[in-house]
Amino acid sequence: MTALLRRDLKLAIRAGGGFGLGLAFFLIVTVLVPFGVGPQSELLSRIAPGILWLGALLACLLSLDRLLALDWEDGTLDLLATSPLPLEAALSVKALAHWITTGLPLVLAAPVLGILLNLPAAGYGWLVLSLLLGTPALSVIGTFGAALTVGVKRGGLLMSLLVLPLYVPTLIFGAEVARRGATGMDPVTPLLMLAGISAGVIAIMPFASAAALRVNLR
Amino acid sequence: MTLMIRDLCVARGGLPVLQGLSFTLAPGQALILRGPNGSGKTTLLRTLAGLQPPLAGQIDGTEEQIAYAAHSDGLKAMLSVRENLTFWADVFGQPDIVPALDAFALRPLIDRLAGTLSAGQKRRLGLARMLVTGRPIWMLDEPTVSLDVDAVAQFAAAVRAHLRAGGAALIATHIDLGLEADVLDVTPFRATQDTRAGASDEAFL
Repeated sequence: MTALLRRDLKLAIRAGGGFGLGLAFFLIVTVLVPFGVGPQSELLSRIAPGILWLGALLACLLSLDRLLALDWEDGTLDLLATSPLPLEAALSVKALAHWITTGLPLVLAAPVLGILLNLPAAGYGWLVLSLLLGTPALSVIGTFGAALTVGVKRGGLLMSLLVLPLYVPTLIFGAEVARRGATGMDPVTPLLMLAGISAGVIAIMPFASAAALRVNLR
Repeated sequence: MTLMIRDLCVARGGLPVLQGLSFTLAPGQALILRGPNGSGKTTLLRTLAGLQPPLAGQIDGTEEQIAYAAHSDGLKAMLSVRENLTFWADVFGQPDIVPALDAFALRPLIDRLAGTLSAGQKRRLGLARMLVTGRPIWMLDEPTVSLDVDAVAQFAAAVRAHLRAGGAALIATHIDLGLEADVLDVTPFRATQDTRAGASDEAFL
């Protein structure tokens, strides 16, 4: 399993691996929003948690169609499916690699970009915490979407449509944690809901992903 | 460890392509699959490798025993020869990639990126992967595509060494490898057109 993780990380940072794609997209969205909204710092700080969460979610979505498609094209998925590694484990590892190369950089970049959006000082800790808890769920759900649409030509659109509704609960509770934190309200309830969603999908989704992939490999 | 196939029926896209197929593959034995294009050789190999369920029949002795090589080699263009091979050795829990490198004369290429190899060199790397699986039954789907005469000889030698070590091989190929192997022509087992047999599978997907 560590071999697969190391290989995926290595591939991500080598030329053409797509590392930084999500991060660059996140950066562009959050830099451009203040220009679009106009110089109203009070309005900006009100919408900052939502914009940051939305940016992170879309950045995650952007990199999903590469998650399994490349391994499908060169035949690696067939060979992995016949290896001693259970598909459930292989897909969990691939989701983890996706999170390390996409989700984690977003978590680390969010506070810096929060400054651009005039996020209130009280909100930074909660924003980072909510992204840290929420982005693993985005990667795991995204892996399920990728497994469902692997082998479909130009499957990116179909995958986005399938995955977006599944992302909604994570977005609602994640942005709510950041919003409540920024406005000084108690964010514990949505935080627990967010953590529950993440723990739940991490436990269940790999089985669904593996089942979907087995059907697609036939 | 003997592979036993009884009355197997395999389907592609819900349509049965081969039926009533029975054979056994004992340790030390190689079996060459023959048949025209589209006769179901690849489907049979994929079914035996566990990538798709059979429509009917029984497959015994494949559990954790099979190393499968498909048309595509599963190589990563941005990883070197060494990294590609080490990855598969790690996945299959094998410590050493040196015998595999030697068997297919890949040592001079060890630090080249797989993306810069020629088609024949990629194929040799893909076949070297079989040696790092440590699995006793090899299933090879047209392994000699884009190989030159020397490389085919290397491949035949690797298969012979594998058979001597108690392994078995099931090879779908159109050329003569010079192996002392039985030949199974799949043409007589071609399924008669009964489309309903596989239809339920599709309906539930």
